[in-house]
Amino acid sequence: MFGKLSLDSIPFHEPIIMVTVAAIAFGAATVVGLLTYFRKWGYLWREWITSIDHKKLGIMYFLVALVMLIRGFADAIMMRTQQAIAAGGAEGYLPPHHYDQIFTAHGVIMIFFVAMPMVIGLMNLVVPLQIGARDVAFPFMNNLSFWLTAAGVVLVNLSLFVGEFAKTGWLAYAPLSGIKYSPDVGVDYWIWALQISGIGTTLTGINFFVTILKMRTKGMTMFRMPIFTWTSLCANVLIIASFPILTVTIALLTLDRYLGFHFFTNDMGGNMMMYVNLIWAWGHPEVYILILPAFGVFSEVIATFTKKRLFGYKTMVWATVAITILSFVVWLHHFFTMGAGANVNAFFGITTMIIAIPTGVKIFNWLFTMYRGRIQFTSPVLWTIGFIITFTLGGMTGVMLAVPGANFVLHNSLFVIAHFHNVIIGGVVFGMLAGLTFWFPKAFGFTLNEKWGKRSFWCWLVGFYMAFMPLYALSFFGAMRRMQSYEPTAWQPLMIVAWVGAVIIAMGIACLVIQIVVSVKDREQNRDLTGDPWDGRTLEWAAASPPAHYNFAHLPTVSSIDAFWEMKQQPGGFKRELASKFEDIHMPKNTTEGPLMGLFSIIFGFALIWHIWWLAIVGGLGIFITFMFRIFNNDTDYYVDAAEVEKIERAYYKRLEVQV
Amino acid sequence: MATDTLKQHDAHAHDGHEHHDTGAIKVFGFWVYLMSDLVIFGTLFATFAVLLSGTAGGPGASDIVELPLIFISTIFLLVSSFTFGLAILAQTAGDKGAVLKWLAVTFLLGLGFICLEAYEFHHLIAEGFGPDRSAFLSGFFTLVGTHGLHVSLGLVWIAIMFFQISKQGLTDVTKPRMLCLSLFWHFLDIVWICVFSFVYLFGAMS
Repeated sequence: MFGKLSLDSIPFHEPIIMVTVAAIAFGAATVVGLLTYFRKWGYLWREWITSIDHKKLGIMYFLVALVMLIRGFADAIMMRTQQAIAAGGAEGYLPPHHYDQIFTAHGVIMIFFVAMPMVIGLMNLVVPLQIGARDVAFPFMNNLSFWLTAAGVVLVNLSLFVGEFAKTGWLAYAPLSGIKYSPDVGVDYWIWALQISGIGTTLTGINFFVTILKMRTKGMTMFRMPIFTWTSLCANVLIIASFPILTVTIALLTLDRYLGFHFFTNDMGGNMMMYVNLIWAWGHPEVYILILPAFGVFSEVIATFTKKRLFGYKTMVWATVAITILSFVVWLHHFFTMGAGANVNAFFGITTMIIAIPTGVKIFNWLFTMYRGRIQFTSPVLWTIGFIITFTLGGMTGVMLAVPGANFVLHNSLFVIAHFHNVIIGGVVFGMLAGLTFWFPKAFGFTLNEKWGKRSFWCWLVGFYMAFMPLYALSFFGAMRRMQSYEPTAWQPLMIVAWVGAVIIAMGIACLVIQIVVSVKDREQNRDLTGDPWDGRTLEWAAASPPAHYNFAHLPTVSSIDAFWEMKQQPGGFKRELASKFEDIHMPKNTTEGPLMGLFSIIFGFALIWHIWWLAIVGGLGIFITFMFRIFNNDTDYYVDAAEVEKIERAYYKRLEVQV
Repeated sequence: MATDTLKQHDAHAHDGHEHHDTGAIKVFGFWVYLMSDLVIFGTLFATFAVLLSGTAGGPGASDIVELPLIFISTIFLLVSSFTFGLAILAQTAGDKGAVLKWLAVTFLLGLGFICLEAYEFHHLIAEGFGPDRSAFLSGFFTLVGTHGLHVSLGLVWIAIMFFQISKQGLTDVTKPRMLCLSLFWHFLDIVWICVFSFVYLFGAMS
């Protein structure tokens, strides 16, 4: 009846897990209680859960990412604590089977459920506004993508207190992840969480690719698009081309585990090296899916706060395109030691080093933009400068790893850990937090507190260096990754330094939370009604903050790069005033099918994880039938009539006058 | 043919009010989806090629290929692509009855293809050559089966389209969906040509 699921699946005997679960349950109960007390369920359903508004979906993605950042960081600090004490025969407080789940969960959560939702959230919020569109190409699909991602999040978190998570490392290498060596449900949680959210990501990729190519406003040619839109476009190309590989790889592993196929098994002709090739043929483009939009954020931030047009717009675009293409021909550098042969290794070593060239072009573009600019040292600029230094360093250790000979020494050591945290924290995290600060006023109509933002930055920066520089050093003494304990006590002092670094990062996260709380509390002082708090350059700043659900009452016309800046430079400048005439605006309607399909996906995934076949059929049918409702529902859009638009615009200009 | 229709829709989209969710954008989005689906098949072909020698003492490609059967199912699928083309011609002419008629014919041909594939799979498994026998057979069943799964989903889609068009007629909603479905169906044909060449023909020759 319940497949592999029984009461024994709940780890009552693990105090750490039970306390965590209790805390989560308490938090959830509080949220549910507050929602009920303030009668906000209807509001939540109408305005958020069923919303197809790209701005609200962007906010929800970011919210999920911030919550999961805390979950993923809790894993991180537990690992650092374990390694700080488990030296010279000491076992620490985490037994191996628990420690292994923690490093797997940390990687999976940070990449799939923190970095990806942040990047996609920012794209949602910003891209349609930057190209002067009223929504994305497929608004229903956008909502569905979010709920599929959320379904993955729910499954990963369920693994915490029902059963266990994978003990295989974040990419679940075969044959370790095969049924023979991982007979428990951990890998199945990994499989279904990633498969479901991955399909959501593929849909997002298609959606934004089409949006950017087909829905730009009048006059916005490709080479007038803001850089963030360009980098998003390239990231979406990467999603479309690489996520299907992940889908296949996971599906093949699923067949191995569920139906006894032999793709990646040791025996019967299986080829486990093929798994590593396939997963990295997706995995390497994936890191560029994360970093390219971050590059876009820095470009927007630096141009805005130096009051200059970005240096070398076209080289920036071509560098982005070059990275997009090159990212598909470097995957083998993740496993030089596999034994593909010297010539193959040399090829992939060289292609990897070549990627440093377009990346270097970008670094110089940012530096030259700042050169002789009037830089305002706001917190987004601090994140950007911190990024340029940190990312350059991380890029250089990446080039070191790209030398196959050196790689044989450094493979699977803490050097690799230090390197990719160097580029992911220094690149993606800094970029997304810069983007959060930069576009927060666009989403909510008030700016974030600068004091706490800068504190957060300094904690993250100092914390990062303290946490990861020791790992570079330790790797030269032979410290490997994924160690639950180690013999040489000489490593311990540096491990403790790394732990202190992690604590400082924790303070950075705390500052971030305080920043948001303080900013919400003081929102009246920080209110920005103009829609343009930073004297911005691109179209999103021409809209109100927060924009009306249709974004622009009249779609803007573009005649150059930095379209909004150009409008402001015209004689007489850009005036925000009520138009004399309004027209009906065609908009999509909210959807209940999106969240329902997400819900059935959770049921479907959970049932397959636990081999509850009847429930899987229920979940699968649920998805199908809900989708049929969508197919046969022709009432999916409507016209906001001109009078309604005028009312909304009038109210906005009235508030604007009061403020001025 | 598809391009012509695209252009018409494009022109139509611009004199309308707004440009989201119009037929042209839907069809373009579907093209992009097909490209991502192509990556799925590309990956499966690569997997099949890598595992070709992984027979583990079991049958190899030449032992399991039955060309006469595959020839018949290939004819079914190719003709079904032609009949779908006729359905689209009928749609352009606005002839709802003919659209439904050709959809039904396409469905039957597709169903014939799937039945033959089911027969082939059943036959192999009954002989002890199931996908769990060797890595080669895993790759074979997965590549051919993924195509078969796509065709089956296509059949479900054809059935839904048939029902929807018979109820709602040829509207701005159903027409772009028919174009997407036709792209999907022809796409599966092209993938099948590759499956037929690389799996069955090369298999028979090896």
